[in-house]
Amino acid sequence: MAAVTQDTAVSTGRVTRAFIYLLLLLFALFYLLPLYVMGVNSVKPLEEITGGNMMALPQVWTLDPWRSAWSTAQIGVEPTGLKPYFLNSILMVVPAVAISTIVGALNGYVLTKWRFRGDTWVFGLMLFSCFIPFQIVLIPMAVVLGKLGLAGSVPGLILVHVVYGIGFTTLYFRNYYAAFPTELVRAAQIDGAGFFQIFWRILLPVSGPIAVVSVIWQFTNIWNDFLFGASFGGTSQPMTVALNNLVQSSTGVKEYNVHFAGAILAALPTLVVYIVAGRYFVRGLMAGSVKG
Amino acid sequence: MTASTAPDFRTRLQDWLPKLVLAPSFAVTILFVYGFIAFTAVLSFTGSKMLPNFKWVGWENYEKLWALPAWNTAIVNIAIFATLYIVICTAVGLLLAVFLDQKIRGEGVLRPIYLYPMALSFIVTGTAWKWFLDPGIGLEKVVRLWGWESFSFTWIKDGDMAIYTIVIAAVWQTSGFVMAMFLAGLRGIDNEILKAAQIDGASNWQLYRRIVIPLLRPAFLSAFVILSHLAIKSYDLVVALTGGGPGRATEMPATFMYSYTFTRNQMGIGASSAVIMLMTIAAIMVPYLYAELKEKK
Repeated sequence: MAAVTQDTAVSTGRVTRAFIYLLLLLFALFYLLPLYVMGVNSVKPLEEITGGNMMALPQVWTLDPWRSAWSTAQIGVEPTGLKPYFLNSILMVVPAVAISTIVGALNGYVLTKWRFRGDTWVFGLMLFSCFIPFQIVLIPMAVVLGKLGLAGSVPGLILVHVVYGIGFTTLYFRNYYAAFPTELVRAAQIDGAGFFQIFWRILLPVSGPIAVVSVIWQFTNIWNDFLFGASFGGTSQPMTVALNNLVQSSTGVKEYNVHFAGAILAALPTLVVYIVAGRYFVRGLMAGSVKG
Repeated sequence: MTASTAPDFRTRLQDWLPKLVLAPSFAVTILFVYGFIAFTAVLSFTGSKMLPNFKWVGWENYEKLWALPAWNTAIVNIAIFATLYIVICTAVGLLLAVFLDQKIRGEGVLRPIYLYPMALSFIVTGTAWKWFLDPGIGLEKVVRLWGWESFSFTWIKDGDMAIYTIVIAAVWQTSGFVMAMFLAGLRGIDNEILKAAQIDGASNWQLYRRIVIPLLRPAFLSAFVILSHLAIKSYDLVVALTGGGPGRATEMPATFMYSYTFTRNQMGIGASSAVIMLMTIAAIMVPYLYAELKEKK
């Protein structure tokens, strides 16, 4: 093997290679199967699902399940469809992602370029908060949100997601800024640049890759959250909770096709983000946080 | 303000500014994370029922908790689930990463296919797998329609087997992510080392067994830490896939805590189960984070 690539130098025989390709393809099928099943059954009339083959393509194509899932399906007691919950999720996720990312960037900047005694401890305490089981904070959080008058509201959910998101965003930016030459910051300081000026002019312009990681990470986690939404959502429940209500409802006929359409609707925003920017996510993650 | 004190003030402000910027995050963390942990820990020693109260009952909640059959089911389930989930995810992730690393054509297509489940919510994953595994409309029916009439796959309805369906769905969701971690590790290995070993006559198997796998130690550690904390926190997937059933067969600590605290009005017991969950995660995370941060100093 003469060619030098970034891949391993290991060479393999023809039979082994065929086996490797076969296995990789089988796994690809395994990962794609549930998505295929959801997609194909979301455009079938119900009789074709209950009376037919889950794997077969529809005989009659229909978008009715999608319409129903979006605007008329019974969620809990109201026949509103998932639309209002989708909007709740958007209203919650956009500010929560923006705030936690900005705060994370500033924290990362302070923790790497303005170090002080005990800063590792401060960071360590914030980092551990990423990994706590959220069950440990549910009861006091319910009490505090009630006292603040934020229970069951979108601002309440934003607060919760920002609070438990800054640990991760701080981690990302800290690891990323740690690799940035501190001498440049010191030189700017000698030239009279202030704290925010240095951040704005020197660090922010190079923060693109890690900002993408932070935004994708936060967006995915907050959009996909169920526990906080179910506990504190009240009348402003996010999409995941509504989907679960739709699917678990025990009254009437189980409209599988509507459930599948609803599940795809709930998955769509994160899937789109992943398809559009997933490459940058993996790349940024490798550059920033894995090597540490 | 005179000219001589102005820069003085400015300098002092500049000295304090970094700490001032960090202070709100730190305060929020202390209050909402550590303060809340303390609050829940205190509650676990009180007779709180529907609402928090502060009647001290000592270790009573913990004694009751460990005597509850539902909690014991949850502990057995989390042990089964966590072990299989971590082992299978790591094995599948490593296998896919090693295979993808063999100059595979179409790697750019395969990698996102392995990774995309990570972008989905556990509720979506649970919904998809729930119907896929449902004997009435899913896999069992399909295989029978294809001609294997006696095929039976009813794990999701079977109290003894339902926990394994959660493993299947969870592995489906996370193994691609583990693959990405191992792939990053593999790409970081210097090819010269491998070539040198090849010249010395090492077989492929020996190469991986003796050189590559040991070099991937950090990736194994990160995978273990991430997977174990995900396992202990798993709540959404159980809710969406089995709802803790059939019966209470797939009860997990996270679902147990939620139902005892918020629907059965046994807040004291719920709090004590949350404390045990936290202790378990802390036992894994604290040494890991300590080592990571110490190295970086």
